[in-house]
Amino acid sequence: MDGNVAAASAAGKRHFRVWRSSGDTGAGDLVDYQVEVNEGEVVLDVIHRLQATQAPDLAVRWNCKAGKCGSCSMEINGRPRLGCMTRMSTFDDTETVTVTPLRTFPVIRDLVTDVSYNYTKARELPAFAPPPNVPPGEYRMQQVDVERSQEFRKCIECFLCQNVCHVIRDHEENKVAFSGPRFFIRAAELDMHPLDSRDDRKEMAQAEQGIGYCNITKCCTEVCPEHIKITDNAIIPMKERVVDRRYDPITWLGNKIFRRDQVDVVHRYLAPDREAMAAEANGGGGQAAAVGPDGRLPVTELTLDRSGAASPFGDDLEFPLPVQGITYQHPTTDGEQPAH
Amino acid sequence: MTHIERHTYDVVVIGAGGAGLRAAIEARLAGRKTAIISKSLFGKAHTVMAEGGAAAAMGNVNDKDNWMVHFRDTMRGGKFLNNFRMAELHAKEAPDRVWELETYGAIFDRTRDGKISQRNFGGHEYPRLAHVGDRTGLELIRTLQQKIVSLQQEDFEASGDYDSKIRVFAETTITELIVEDGVIAGAFGYVRESGEFVLFEAPAIVLATGGVGKSYKVTSNSWEYTGDGHALAMRAGGTLINMEFLQFHPTGMVWPPSVKGILVTESVRGDGGVLKNTEGKRFMFNYVPDVFRKMYAETEEEGDRWYTDQVNNRRPPELLPRDEVARAINSEVKAGRGTEAGGVYLDVSSRLPAEVIRKKLPSMYHQFKELADVDITRQPMEVGPTCHYVMGGIEVDADSAASAVSGLFAAGEVSGGMHGSNRLGGNSLSDLLVFGKRAGEHAAAYAGGLAKRPTVSKSTLDTAVETALAPLTRGDSGENPYTLHHELQQVMGNLVGIIRRKAELEESLTRLAELKERARKVGVGGGRRYNPGWHLALDLRNMLIVSECTAKAALERAESRGGHTREDFPKMDPTWRQVNLVCSVEAGTDEVTLTHKPVPTMRPELIGLFDPSELAKYMTDEELATPDASSAGEGGA
Repeated sequence: MDGNVAAASAAGKRHFRVWRSSGDTGAGDLVDYQVEVNEGEVVLDVIHRLQATQAPDLAVRWNCKAGKCGSCSMEINGRPRLGCMTRMSTFDDTETVTVTPLRTFPVIRDLVTDVSYNYTKARELPAFAPPPNVPPGEYRMQQVDVERSQEFRKCIECFLCQNVCHVIRDHEENKVAFSGPRFFIRAAELDMHPLDSRDDRKEMAQAEQGIGYCNITKCCTEVCPEHIKITDNAIIPMKERVVDRRYDPITWLGNKIFRRDQVDVVHRYLAPDREAMAAEANGGGGQAAAVGPDGRLPVTELTLDRSGAASPFGDDLEFPLPVQGITYQHPTTDGEQPAH
Repeated sequence: MTHIERHTYDVVVIGAGGAGLRAAIEARLAGRKTAIISKSLFGKAHTVMAEGGAAAAMGNVNDKDNWMVHFRDTMRGGKFLNNFRMAELHAKEAPDRVWELETYGAIFDRTRDGKISQRNFGGHEYPRLAHVGDRTGLELIRTLQQKIVSLQQEDFEASGDYDSKIRVFAETTITELIVEDGVIAGAFGYVRESGEFVLFEAPAIVLATGGVGKSYKVTSNSWEYTGDGHALAMRAGGTLINMEFLQFHPTGMVWPPSVKGILVTESVRGDGGVLKNTEGKRFMFNYVPDVFRKMYAETEEEGDRWYTDQVNNRRPPELLPRDEVARAINSEVKAGRGTEAGGVYLDVSSRLPAEVIRKKLPSMYHQFKELADVDITRQPMEVGPTCHYVMGGIEVDADSAASAVSGLFAAGEVSGGMHGSNRLGGNSLSDLLVFGKRAGEHAAAYAGGLAKRPTVSKSTLDTAVETALAPLTRGDSGENPYTLHHELQQVMGNLVGIIRRKAELEESLTRLAELKERARKVGVGGGRRYNPGWHLALDLRNMLIVSECTAKAALERAESRGGHTREDFPKMDPTWRQVNLVCSVEAGTDEVTLTHKPVPTMRPELIGLFDPSELAKYMTDEELATPDASSAGEGGA
């Protein structure tokens, strides 16, 4: 390769730090590389150049390299991204680029993680239930009625939303009861499908998918490369309807008659066990409350200077983190200890 | 002793794209225990890249459409080299296969009366492509993936085990088919994650591995497209046909380099986009071949009127079949009227309002904006030909998708014949549904009808293990697989590309022979666990043998037709229309041999669907004399 000759022009070389596994245990370390970068390239191009010139066994997933298959999910300077859709021109020439695997899933090797959690959750969600007595070819639906479901079917299953969701990021214990944003939009898609014949999608989202754990911080929406409005268009409608059904008609009536601050009092009087119900609605002791005791979103939602709830990492923390500040340690899942 | 994980199945489907998943669904529905082997994660297959739609003559938008019109368009597109029976089955069954997807949960775009909407596409006489914006391939994969999950849920209900009747082996690569006494006995490969070997003992195998594009420098294909199924079939004793025919998509991105090769869907042209050279001229009007002259607009004004009034105007030449458009762009660039990056301009920004573009071409808009920082509602795209699809593939029986090897079936891009010398846009998604189903059905029937199962012998297995481990045994001191791959792509791109010449093809064969020799010494460091260098080293063998087939067949075919253009033989030759070039390898070697075989003759009632003056453009005088005589003969099937 002529890479060494081209290296003479220092402008073309950039500093990369890439997470490399040191064995089969999930342990590893960030390794420094000086690598050539050309105009118009994306991070995945640079990873490929590393493979071809310096690290032939560097493991990375990728397929289409066009932002359509959702394979090359990774964390770049601490920010979950698709490698193929992160242009090198978005970094300063002198900026170090740190590439690490998705944090929420166990590392298999280098940048490749075990995402089987997602496939397990996919299986637990009941599939499309075709309408009885409508033969193939006779399905009739209006465009306006299918568009809501179509938005969710844009999902490329990159699992970045699952990766940033703080219900399971660094909370392995929540994975059992929580399906994550990717499968909330799947549930919403089926719920909004004009011909799906099940009518319990919302109840299932709550009872079996753990949608109550979600406290609507919109991290998933922000990270979605397909710009699906996961929170606003799927999670909130699914939650609201669950709540509506659960508390109807008391909530409805109370909201009609009383001011908001009075509603609680009325409810306590009419339904003394509703707090227990709310706890159940939230997934039986999940770490974040979905709705307040009045069956609505917390009031802070209204007083905050931005849409969505406060950042779980604190309002004073900005992403991406400064590269110098990233000391990456992949979380362990099976009681394994990292090397350092 | 190397550890080998063993599994027993009735039907093993290799490949988890549209054809593979559809085949697996059918095999499982037929009650067979089925495995799906996916080189990537489940749901990531290259099918997701298909944008335009699935062609099926449902007649939802124009009720004049029917299977006969679709059949005619397909044969025309393939320049009459197609296996007519495949084209016929495809045209007849595609609507049912598309409708069926709705029962699996697919949500296509709708017409005003609530039916599946259909769009225009190059080479199709009527609006025919069922679509979902410009992400139809993703919809198809997701739908089939979710159908498989729903079957697994049924099996879970019945047995308590999701995997009891249909199981997906993700990130698993097959390196050898096991053949014992001339019949399929199983498949051997490795699991990427662990590097462990795995043996599937199964009497019936469906190959659905897709194409060969990764042998080319500029390609829209993903890393998986290394011709695995093509090579596996040949080494198992099967044959390949039509390997000289590769489709170069006319409009791939040529700038910026990170996205070189990525497709710009034909719907950009279908919805009003035009091609211009660097002089600002709409050059396609200069490239309408005689056979198409009557069907295309002669002036820009007429072409522009067609978008709003398709009854009284002829379509603009930007919608000519893909090979014509690819050749035209190539000629413009060679004549010095192309951009610095070797492309021309595709402009939709000056033709449609920004919000219409964003609505009609959402992923195109999104893709250009995010990948290249180009806003297609404001500026033209820079496009050129990119290797996109291989028409050639495993020679199969049209009705059963069975190859020459007992127990081996093939469907989708890896099979040959359906598209002849050139594929129409939209015909691949319908192809993989129609023949995926057929392959699954017939593989299931074959497996169910066997009195005795073949067994895998130890010696065959030992050889497979040894071959797979060889690159790791040689280690870092061997030839670098990335370097070899790069050189192979240069050879194929430069010498066996879109325009071919005798001397260059001969040179390519010499270079390929050298590369093959070096590939025998390929080595990689590291271990077996998720080691991409090792994976590439094993894929290289397949790419090389398949590339050799393409180069040999391209040198042999002394004419230009569809996806094969010879500068030294620029015309279509009716005598060559009667010939399929068939590739096979000597048992136990990697030596490719090439033979001639006649193209199957169309049944009279199918010939009768064409105007005699049209047939005259494709057939020899001798052939033209016979159909009239026999057309009164046998009736339809």
